[in-house]
Amino acid sequence: MRPHQSFERLAINIGDERLPKNNKRDRLMATDEVILIGFRGGPFSLIVEWALKLKGVEYEYLDEDLFNNNKSPMLLQYNPVHKKVPVLVHNGKPVAESLVIVEYIDETWKQYPLLPDDPYDRAVARFWAKYAEDKCKTAAFSVFATVGEAQENATKEAREILKTFEKGLRGKFFGGETIGFVDVVAGWIAYWIGVIEEITGINIVDKETMPLLSEWFQNFLDVEIVKERLPPRDKLLEKNKIFREQLVAAST
Amino acid sequence: MSKDEVILLDFWVSPFALRAKIALAEKGVEFEARQEDLLGEKSELLLKSNPIYKKVPVLVHNGKAVNESTIIVSYIEDTWPTPSLLPPCAYGRATARFWADYVDKKLFDGGSKIWRSKGEEVEVAKKEFIEILKVLEGALGEKEYFGGDSFGFVDILAIPITAWFYAYEQYGNFKVEDECPKISAWIKKCLERESVASGYPEPTKVYEFVGLLRKMLGLE
Repeated sequence: MRPHQSFERLAINIGDERLPKNNKRDRLMATDEVILIGFRGGPFSLIVEWALKLKGVEYEYLDEDLFNNNKSPMLLQYNPVHKKVPVLVHNGKPVAESLVIVEYIDETWKQYPLLPDDPYDRAVARFWAKYAEDKCKTAAFSVFATVGEAQENATKEAREILKTFEKGLRGKFFGGETIGFVDVVAGWIAYWIGVIEEITGINIVDKETMPLLSEWFQNFLDVEIVKERLPPRDKLLEKNKIFREQLVAAST
Repeated sequence: MSKDEVILLDFWVSPFALRAKIALAEKGVEFEARQEDLLGEKSELLLKSNPIYKKVPVLVHNGKAVNESTIIVSYIEDTWPTPSLLPPCAYGRATARFWADYVDKKLFDGGSKIWRSKGEEVEVAKKEFIEILKVLEGALGEKEYFGGDSFGFVDILAIPITAWFYAYEQYGNFKVEDECPKISAWIKKCLERESVASGYPEPTKVYEFVGLLRKMLGLE
């Protein structure tokens, strides 16, 4: 039972009066236990990985067997309400829902702030983050999961939604000249649109209709810590092709 | 110091607009509420400041527009920090945001399904809605408010939707008080607050409004 063990270790370090102050602090940071329960076959755990990596936070990653719909007891224990990934477990305490997790990470580890300080700028960032989560996510998934006329309609809608999303760019990134909250939360789109396009054979985003968004895809995927976490494309294609077939078969 | 200009684009029955009004009142911020006629024509200011969704509420603070009710309440919290609507520690805030997200995703849509459904679907929708309330009851636990001892973020986001509960009860043939007594008690507690009571629409009027929507949707 890892969470209990980490609490014990933490308690021992806090109680050890013999250690000089800064040593104790270092020990405390070293025993900060961060676990990410995720799924590398899907996009959303990347959101949390990028946030943690940008802040230099060390974490242990646990992959769920979701292609076989096999949810671990740990996942069910830590996210009983939704039973979904990603879930961040920090010193035994779970945080679920990717936007909630990223705000938690931003407030807990202050280096490389993701949300701006100004209330209005924060509201704008939250607006586009929510747009990415509500609209872009649904749009991309609709194109992926449908066929025929339904897919044609889904594609049309997805293009409109992504064209609108492009308006949120503040220069090179949504965060301005450097990555910010929206980039971290929506960055999966930069990688996954290509995966969905290849599996479905449909073009959703192209350089002519969405030049700025296409550029953002490039710029975002060029960032070192982003690149590092990307799961291999061929594996994703292989597994998601099968997943798509199952979805389509189930709906017809 | 020049005075803050705070305008709220509002609609009397909108639970989402009520969220913003409650938050502003809790913070003691003076504002001008401008009624939009959402069944008629939308104002130029609404279309200009919320071009993507064209919905209320919109908060216009010194000329700058903020959209989406939960984001507006967060903006109000960031701009006027006292009294605070969120707990001070990061984990408490994450918990509040988690339940805020749950309320956003489930409560209003869950209730709407009841009056938008026909035949057997109504019973299914009712059962699903009661499940949602039970989950919220679990989150409330023994606390007075979702925020603990003080009225806060999650309470503000959830309480306006309860004005629609009477309509759900009528169409679904059930009573929230029988199914989820703790939620009922929490509603009564929140209604004691001036900030909530002053903007809370009459449930019978909301029920009439839902009747109108059903006619428009060809459900009656």
